Amino acid sequence: MGGQLKLQPRTEQKVVQVFMYLMTSIAVLVLVFILVVILKNGLPQLNLEFLTKNPADMGREGGILSTIVATIFLTFIALLVATPLGVGTAIYLTEYTVESRITRIIRFGAECLAGIPSIIFGLFGFILFVNKLKFGWSILSGGLTLAFMVLPTIIRTSEEAIKAVPPAYRLVSFSLGSTRWQTVTRVVLPSAIPGIVTGVILSIGRSIGETAAVIFTAGSALRMPTSLFSSSRTMSVHFYILAKEGVSMPKAYGTAAVLVISILVINIVTYYLMEKYIKRKS
Amino acid sequence: MKQRGILVRDFSHYYGENRSLNNINLDVYRNEILGIIGPARSGKSTFLACLNRLNDLIPGSRVEGKIVVDDQDIYGPEVDVVALRRKLGMVFATPVPLPLTIYENIVFGVRLLGKNNRPELDEIVEDSLEKAGLWAEVKDRLHTSALKLSGGQQQRLCIARVLALKPQYIMLDEPTSGLDPISTMKIEDSLRTLKKDYTIILVTNNTKQAARVADRTAFFLMGELVEIDETRVVFTRPSDKRTEAYLEGKFG
Repeated sequence: MGGQLKLQPRTEQKVVQVFMYLMTSIAVLVLVFILVVILKNGLPQLNLEFLTKNPADMGREGGILSTIVATIFLTFIALLVATPLGVGTAIYLTEYTVESRITRIIRFGAECLAGIPSIIFGLFGFILFVNKLKFGWSILSGGLTLAFMVLPTIIRTSEEAIKAVPPAYRLVSFSLGSTRWQTVTRVVLPSAIPGIVTGVILSIGRSIGETAAVIFTAGSALRMPTSLFSSSRTMSVHFYILAKEGVSMPKAYGTAAVLVISILVINIVTYYLMEKYIKRKS
Repeated sequence: MKQRGILVRDFSHYYGENRSLNNINLDVYRNEILGIIGPARSGKSTFLACLNRLNDLIPGSRVEGKIVVDDQDIYGPEVDVVALRRKLGMVFATPVPLPLTIYENIVFGVRLLGKNNRPELDEIVEDSLEKAGLWAEVKDRLHTSALKLSGGQQQRLCIARVLALKPQYIMLDEPTSGLDPISTMKIEDSLRTLKKDYTIILVTNNTKQAARVADRTAFFLMGELVEIDETRVVFTRPSDKRTEAYLEGKFG
């Protein structure tokens, strides 16, 4: 670099600094822009009624309570299934096997899974859960589909977190007479928890925001879900339908605002809790 | 005649194709401090790892020959490796407190056995810390993080943690290599006291430390046991030229 273009080191430093500053500003500005647009249009829609009433007249009237409940259930099921599967896979890959062709294949498989467009997951969930297993358009089908969609994220982040636990901890644990399982549960996992939780939070965010995979598997019924087998509409699907079919733009913005705010709140609360956890540990 | 605790016979160890220990033969007597000296990569640490089978954890590790601890062939088919590791407690070169409180570090191994009776644990904690010479310094902050202790304190904590297992043998792998002279002295003092109740194997790359505390000294070089004898004899009239050269500082 700079063979022809000769700059004073100090000038070069300055140029680079301004350039980097610009890049960062653009990244932050995009976020701010999105927040401003959503909140400016959405916040006026928000009131107690919006949060506590079910949608009426296809969503033109009323609130979004049933879609909030559906979103929570769907996300809960997705994580209930994906967390043990993902963390279990990560533990297996890091603690119970040595690097080999098989672990590489498993890891490669997980990476590929992460790259598959969510609408394909929707199709997969539709074929397997909705049709084949006859769960129908339901919270269960949607939750399971989301679970497979976020699984790679949980595997990946958990694996990284577990790998970051100092090998000396394991050696000490074994030397004090623990079995492999005791080492995993008493030494490795407690140290890896913050990293694992990060993966879970990312997955919560993705589950709440996912539309394509959900519309195929959970359906779009506006009723309040009554069981795992109820067809129901999540907030993001609700937003999509309100906006795309021109049902009601104000209600759509209101829904978007609730979505964005809830993801922000989840992030802030968990990071706060994690900070406390880490402080207590050290 | 002194009682033999550990017998090592024609013992070799390999990492894959590389032989790291070659045909070792030695005995460890009860209630002695056996010093093991030698330059880096002589197989001293590997030897300790073979005694409590921590080498099992390393892929490609393989052994030949025999090690008998308290009349049991430790590479035999019916060996309880977990029990073996409790019997031969290990202290590593770098002190590694687990990210827990001082108290929980000490009782870590005890809890693994399912013992959770508070008064019993309290007693074990006080007793172990007392023996490791750390009780007076930490008794008022047992429930604070062990990571906040100084390096020397951390290493004594690691010794106390091993003592809590009620082992018969304590193996220390260069336990004072990262410590200042005062901390080193404290640890050497506690080793002399501990010898009454335990058999101690002390790997050190500091020959003077072996001279100060070991009853007998073994000299390892490139995976071979060159010489083992009373410390006094090894340091004044070594029978092998290589031992003499090493002790005079001609290599290492």
